[in-house]
Amino acid sequence: MDYFIQQLINGIALGSIYGLIAIGYTMVYGIIGMINFAHGDVFMTGGFIAMISFLVLVSFGITSIPLVLLLVLLIAMATTALYGWTIERVAYRPLRHSFRLAPMLSAIGMSFVLSNFAQVSQGAKVKPVPPIVPGGFTLLDRGGFSVQLSYVQIIVVLTTVALLAIFTFIVSRTRLGRDMRACEQDQTMAALLGVDVNKTISMTFVIGAALASVAGIMYLMYYGLVDFFMGFVAGIKAFTAAVLGGIGSLPGAVLGGLAIGLIETFWSAYFSIEYKDVAAFSILIVVLIFLPTGILGRPEIEKV
Amino acid sequence: MAGSEHASAAVSARPDFVFILKKSVLSAVVAFGLFLFMIGVRTDAGSNGELVYWTRFADLATIVSIVFVGGFALELARWALGRGQIAVAMPPQLASGLQTLRRALAPALLGFALLVPVMFYNQRYLLDLGILVLTYVMLGWGLNVVVGLAGLLDLGYVAFYAVGAYSYALLATTFGLSFWICLPVAGILAAFWGVLLGFPVLRLRGDYLAIVTLAFGEIVRLILINWQTLTGGPNGIASIPRPSFFGLPFTADEGGFADVFGIEFSPTHRIVFLYYVILVLALLTNWVTIRLRGLPIGRAWEALREDEIACRSLGINTTTTKLTAFATGAMFGGIAGAFFATRQGFISPESFSFVESAFVLAIVVLGGLGSQIGVALAALTMIGGTELFRGLEQYRMLVFGFAMVLLMIWRPRGLIGHRAPTVFLHQRTMISAALVKEGHG
Repeated sequence: MDYFIQQLINGIALGSIYGLIAIGYTMVYGIIGMINFAHGDVFMTGGFIAMISFLVLVSFGITSIPLVLLLVLLIAMATTALYGWTIERVAYRPLRHSFRLAPMLSAIGMSFVLSNFAQVSQGAKVKPVPPIVPGGFTLLDRGGFSVQLSYVQIIVVLTTVALLAIFTFIVSRTRLGRDMRACEQDQTMAALLGVDVNKTISMTFVIGAALASVAGIMYLMYYGLVDFFMGFVAGIKAFTAAVLGGIGSLPGAVLGGLAIGLIETFWSAYFSIEYKDVAAFSILIVVLIFLPTGILGRPEIEKV
Repeated sequence: MAGSEHASAAVSARPDFVFILKKSVLSAVVAFGLFLFMIGVRTDAGSNGELVYWTRFADLATIVSIVFVGGFALELARWALGRGQIAVAMPPQLASGLQTLRRALAPALLGFALLVPVMFYNQRYLLDLGILVLTYVMLGWGLNVVVGLAGLLDLGYVAFYAVGAYSYALLATTFGLSFWICLPVAGILAAFWGVLLGFPVLRLRGDYLAIVTLAFGEIVRLILINWQTLTGGPNGIASIPRPSFFGLPFTADEGGFADVFGIEFSPTHRIVFLYYVILVLALLTNWVTIRLRGLPIGRAWEALREDEIACRSLGINTTTTKLTAFATGAMFGGIAGAFFATRQGFISPESFSFVESAFVLAIVVLGGLGSQIGVALAALTMIGGTELFRGLEQYRMLVFGFAMVLLMIWRPRGLIGHRAPTVFLHQRTMISAALVKEGHG
């Protein structure tokens, strides 16, 4: 039972990270109907920038952990958002009315560019950082096994919940959110009614990338390392989460992320750790076949 | 885009330097923001294992100024091109000459391919490169059946390549079966896996199909890594038997190929033999594809690519159409995989990563979906390109990624050409894959 609770905690923390990445997928897919294949690598880039800015800030003698975290958060979000904006501007916007394979392939190319850029500029080795927020609570201590709830896990979950609330508010209550929903339904009509479609799509990418960078920071804090290849698998899993939750739905993305995180953690805990990715990918296939609209998604109507 | 409107308005007498300067300064500022941490600071593990960093502001400055100057030059070039936009009509003689050239291209390429071992007999490197190119030509043609003809975006094609390679490797090392028996078996097994993948994804389209096939490819690779007792795990399978010349091994001793034919032994014999084997296999793929394209099933593939709903309304069985496309493509992938295994003599899961799938897909798209000659030329271009960048080993994938993005922007329909349906009404209506969004009719 204690083991079960421990795995539950770990799974929720991991799932929150996937959920944050999944929001980026779900927003972009909702608005322009393409899988932003490079999004996993945007998450990786966010993690790298967090790692670098953390090192630099610490060497400047800033020792207050909350201040460092806040600065890292701001720097990483701003820089990664710039990456998201640039990627959309360079690789996707010229292809918006091209044939259907083109944006997908361009996105795959962009994914290679990002991961190999990180490899070339920062080296291929894994980058370990010392624990940024050490410690935690011991919830239960019976016999040899104790259930740990670390501060990092609390931060991860709280951040996800807060960001989900903020962005749900933005999408449902603000001008930008209304523009986004308008573009999602009909870009031409939205443009005719005075919505700046290009700007709205750019903002979607900026928000998605900023959230991915937060996920990158959480990953860095949780696992204490980043490497240039982490974006690929995390990206596919987050996409699975977005599909599972119902593409286009923000709470769905986080819900899907939690489901994937929990399944992965329990699979590793009770079955075999080697096949945890196989489990995640199999879920993707099964979900797409039996539940293509996801848990909170709306059915797509087939039109001639 | 406000920029292009502005630029086209400024096509007049002289470039709008203020606008161009503004734009390139903006690009430079963005580049500075992007690269400040990733290039300006380099991190690495220090002597005690903890991370240390040092700055590279010179590199950062170089890159930002390259972006600035490049942006400036690009805008100037755009202005110059926009100014000289006069439609040049091609003289009819030149056009017909180009037509003849196009028609002569395929036989010329075939003749060249046949003569490569004769011309470059002493250049081992070129022969190896030729084998590599032909392997990718075959893979490209195989994937072309799925993506180019049937219009099903498959991102996990490498899975079938892997199935073929491991089938041959396991059958040959465990049961000692010969290459020529294993080749069709590998093809059949891969086709079986193609159907296995095809069944669940029958209802999916477009991007969803792409991501499921990608997941399938990754699952196959992960199983190959983790099923250590069967596949040897990450270490792979070594000492896979080399193919023999219909029973005659390529060895120096008695009874070998050289001995029987009474010629001096040379290791090149085997390379040349392998070259012709893959050439024949690739041509077989091409021949089968061309023949299938004329049959009802090939027509059904093309109809499926153009419009799935119309296809179903006309009574075409989309289930069998999709499954045969997957199976045919997979079979060729499997055969190519078996050849790969026997050529390398060693295989490991590393050879079957997603990058490989993307590479083959890039060949098919670059060649213009559905065009056979286009795929062959694209394979030549892609392998040639990566060989050119071999010196810049670590930048190779970076260049490949950029090339993919730029190609999509520049020629999304492929470099060489695009294949129209084999049959169509004499009055062509405006229906093509370009006009019909998939999943919407």
